[in-house]
Amino acid sequence: MIPFEYIRPSGQKAALDAIAKDASAQFIAGGTNLVDLMKKGVVSPQKLIDIGKLPLKEIKEANTGLHIGALALNSDVAENEIVKTKYSLLSQALYAGASAQLRNMATVGGNIMQRTRCTYFYDTTMPCNKRKPGSGCGALKGYNRMHAIFGASENCIAVHPSDMCVALTALNATILVSNNKGERKIPFGEFHRLPGDHPETDNTLQKGELITAIIIPENNLQHSCYLKIRDRASYAFALVSVAAALEIADGKTKDVRLAMGGVAHKPWRLTDAEKFLKGKPATENNFQQAAQIAIKGAKGYGNNNFKIKLASAAITEALNKAAGKA
Amino acid sequence: MGNHFFDKATMPAGQDRVDGRAKVTGTARFAAEHPVPELTYGVLVCSTITKGHIKSLDTKAAEKAAGVLAVLSHLNSPKVPGFDPPKPANKDEKPRAWDGLKVFYSDKIYFNGQPIAVVVADTYERALYAATLVKAEYIKEPHQTDFNANIKQAASPKGGGDDYTRGEANAWKKAPVTLEAEYIVPFEVHNPMELHAIIAVWEAEDKITVYDKTQGPKDTQQSIMQAFNLPEKNVQVVTEYVGGAFGSALRTWPHEIAAMLAAKKVNKPVKLVLGRDNMFTLVGYRPYTIQKIGLGATEDGKLTGITHTAISQTSSYEEFTEGAVGVSKFLYACPNVNTSYKLIPLDIGTPTWMRGPGEATGCFALESALDELSYKLNIDPVELRLRNYAETDPQRNLPWSSKYLKECYQMGAEKIGWFQRNRNPRSMQEDGMLVGYGMSTGVFGAFRWNATAKGIFHADGTLTVQSAVSDMGPGTSTSMVNIASEAFGLPHDKIKFELGSSSLPPGPTQGGSGTTSTLGSAVHEVCVELTNQLKQLALSAGNSPFKNAKPEGLAVENGNVLLVADRNIKMSYVDILKQHNKPELEFMKESNAGEEQKKYSMYSYSVHFTKLHVHPSTGVITIKKVVTAGDAGKIVSEKTARSQMIGGVTGGIGMALTEEGIIDHRYGRYVNNNLADYHVPVNADVPEIEALFVNRPDPYLNPMGAKGMGEIALIGYAASVANAVYHATGKRIRDLPITLDKIIS
Ligand SMILES: Cc1cc2nc3c(=O)[nH]c(=O)nc-3n(C[C@H](O)[C@H](O)[C@H](O)COP(=O)(O)OP(=O)(O)OC[C@H]3O[C@@H](n4cnc5c(N)ncnc54)[C@H](O)[C@@H]3O)c2cc1C
Repeated sequence: MIPFEYIRPSGQKAALDAIAKDASAQFIAGGTNLVDLMKKGVVSPQKLIDIGKLPLKEIKEANTGLHIGALALNSDVAENEIVKTKYSLLSQALYAGASAQLRNMATVGGNIMQRTRCTYFYDTTMPCNKRKPGSGCGALKGYNRMHAIFGASENCIAVHPSDMCVALTALNATILVSNNKGERKIPFGEFHRLPGDHPETDNTLQKGELITAIIIPENNLQHSCYLKIRDRASYAFALVSVAAALEIADGKTKDVRLAMGGVAHKPWRLTDAEKFLKGKPATENNFQQAAQIAIKGAKGYGNNNFKIKLASAAITEALNKAAGKA
Repeated sequence: MGNHFFDKATMPAGQDRVDGRAKVTGTARFAAEHPVPELTYGVLVCSTITKGHIKSLDTKAAEKAAGVLAVLSHLNSPKVPGFDPPKPANKDEKPRAWDGLKVFYSDKIYFNGQPIAVVVADTYERALYAATLVKAEYIKEPHQTDFNANIKQAASPKGGGDDYTRGEANAWKKAPVTLEAEYIVPFEVHNPMELHAIIAVWEAEDKITVYDKTQGPKDTQQSIMQAFNLPEKNVQVVTEYVGGAFGSALRTWPHEIAAMLAAKKVNKPVKLVLGRDNMFTLVGYRPYTIQKIGLGATEDGKLTGITHTAISQTSSYEEFTEGAVGVSKFLYACPNVNTSYKLIPLDIGTPTWMRGPGEATGCFALESALDELSYKLNIDPVELRLRNYAETDPQRNLPWSSKYLKECYQMGAEKIGWFQRNRNPRSMQEDGMLVGYGMSTGVFGAFRWNATAKGIFHADGTLTVQSAVSDMGPGTSTSMVNIASEAFGLPHDKIKFELGSSSLPPGPTQGGSGTTSTLGSAVHEVCVELTNQLKQLALSAGNSPFKNAKPEGLAVENGNVLLVADRNIKMSYVDILKQHNKPELEFMKESNAGEEQKKYSMYSYSVHFTKLHVHPSTGVITIKKVVTAGDAGKIVSEKTARSQMIGGVTGGIGMALTEEGIIDHRYGRYVNNNLADYHVPVNADVPEIEALFVNRPDPYLNPMGAKGMGEIALIGYAASVANAVYHATGKRIRDLPITLDKIIS
């Protein structure tokens, strides 16, 4: 590991001032992703600003919805009673992620900001446009079992690995960010980017900005399921995952949310499939049709071709489960 | 809910692990954990190309970095005499060539990840950082790591293949019912939890102590003697505890020599711990193997021909072979059998034995093929195996020393409800899932080699037993204490087994499921001899209660010599020593196998039954229950035997469903060289595993009647899963691991 400076400010202002001053500085929260990346030489910040002391851990209900501080631990959010009852999709997604030990360290902000697990990104001897723009995409013609089937570019076919973010996309969450000049709100779906010509940029957070919280609006999505399909039963990233939530009235889908993980450079919202289902009876047949709509335009790169079929099966299964039909 | 886990009543019977407490409380000392004064730290720099030469190596920045003591490479490494052995004076004698990679020997690169330098610094972090400052330039040559692209290069091993014919070759082709299929076992990496590690301490110019992760302290000692041309007494290998190895610590690897060279160079102790990525490249792996099986049978299921061929791989600089096709020669009674085994040299490190070694590879193919044949014949897979049961060894034409395989089939089938299943593929459902039942057989030689053990009975009534063996996890100390307890007639808690140092009496390397049999025999014989001496001493003691008795009339029990005719007449061991004014009683013995090895064929057996669910649309496989029945002779340690079977099956689940080392052949580099991407099974993948034992002694192998079980716990297991997947889905998967994409595609 390359030597670095480390500070641990106790207030938000101090943290924001510190990052504004130093272009090479980086926040560290739970450290479960950043430390690995530093050990592997993927990133080498000269200064770490540990935000662990900032008062951003709270989970509380406000009139705008549920407010979750950026430093709330993944495990605390997953176990929270309000989350479990009113935003069960989020709780399910968090439990599906990583391991108990990691969830006890990982924060909400860090989870949103975590970087891809693409092996070519991690191995500094390999080409990777995300790590080293212009060096090429190792995965495109390489080993790409874990890679994107939606929204990829020739420059990058990596996926965003988070489970939590898939649920938050589906729940129409908003991300609250601050810098030393002020605050702004970013709709969850607009936070992460597609790779395009700039895979080195994961998201729209600007230099000097800190995620302070997320806000999830109230909903009536009483039926939900987070289905994660992976290469072993626990402690593995998603091959594909599906966040499905339904509001069903008189057998019809009044509201529906569908998003996928493990398939794109960002949590992938399935808006066309949602549109199709809205107002239609919540039947397996309709779920299957929605799944077919959802996978339109999907593209495999070799090792991950199976994900297209798997995605459609998983969407149907998740909707069935959410609606209590499986 | 009570504290179930620690509830004695629900724990399996048997003696507790003697090292259990030390391991779970963290007091057990593993190789990297020995406190050594003035310790320094070595970190390897490894090649990023796969084949070629080092053009230049810039170590200046690293050498100047804070805390760095030295950067060692082929440019400045001390010489390793064993790499270039002098020609023997006697012309007929061959020099003893060095096996394996010669680290820091030349600029030549044989595989990606080969150590090209080691950086030594005063702290681990500083060494780690300085290692990133070493810059190598290479002259690249085209490399070959792709097995399938090089299949034409396959040739018989120089050291002799496994070409074998009994009766008529390829006779299966003429049979009324035939099957031919190809099976693939991919690269698998041992990945024990403990990383390989060594602390090298030169006590003098020509005297070294190493704290090392090894399955064989004596083997490692021999390698170090050979490498540095040192006498035995000047090489000390300490390996008190080993955190798993599965074969990866069966030999001496380049990083061990590198640490010793580094310690020599800086003249201080050096600790070198591999990174997880090095575990994929530097300490062996299960070789990639493609096998073809041809089976021929009569309509009523009698095998008339088996052809089993394998193509495996080795490194470009060393030949590694294993017995992949061996199982087909003797597992079933079949008049016509032929086998062959070929190798492709590739630009990757040398493979090594991984639990179950070649037999695990071979049994996956043979036991899958038998299952396939059973459907062609419409005969139950268990029944098919019984119809071809080998009552004697068809390969060596010898009787078995013992074989309770039939009992294993029966016990296992009953326990899992085998005969209640619907035999047709894709016929069973449960909770919306496809249900599959599968079974398979495993077999491995029951060995016994040489070992020396020493027993010392102390005046305080305790017994110490010693041998230079290591325990990579199966519970060797516990088994040895059990064997000693029975043979010496003393409770467990009064017996201590000492291991893990090359200075102890020479013990075997822990491998090939041979430790209990080999070392147990020595321990048993030493203990029996000690009791004989105690009986003699009891008879000759001044206050002996055994007037006119003969040694044959005496027995031992619970620390006493007693009269068989009247068990109330006894004399304690402690008293016997006291009467003779002896502070202790000591005996050491080398124990060997005898003529019985020539008269009998000796094997351990296992039968695995798996019940699993397959999701009909996503292909997700969930193993629901495993029953494994073993014929491992007499079980000398119930708890550790059960754990051994559970561990082996868990490894088998990995082999069947999740484990595969993946190389990007464009670069010759592993792309999943960490535990997040190389999937070993986690708890959630492993259901209840029931281990059953026939538990009948083998009358010939050794005095305890115990056969080995480390390998049979895994051998064949993967086939039971493949067979169950077929039963559940109607889809036959012949290449491991059985990931869900293969099911839904
Ligand atoms: C073996 C393993 C398995 C895993 N499996 C899964 C899985 O199955 N599913 C899953 O979803 N995740 C998984 N993870 C990832 C895990 O969820 C993330 O590592 C974790 O959420 C990151 O949170 P952290 O607080 O530790 O972030 P850190 O490592 O501290 O930071 C990560 C990044 O976020 C930035 N950052 C942190 N907080 C803020 C903030 N408030 N504002 C702005 N930037 C910020 C940091 O600068 C850094 O760039 C796994 C991780 C590991 C190591």
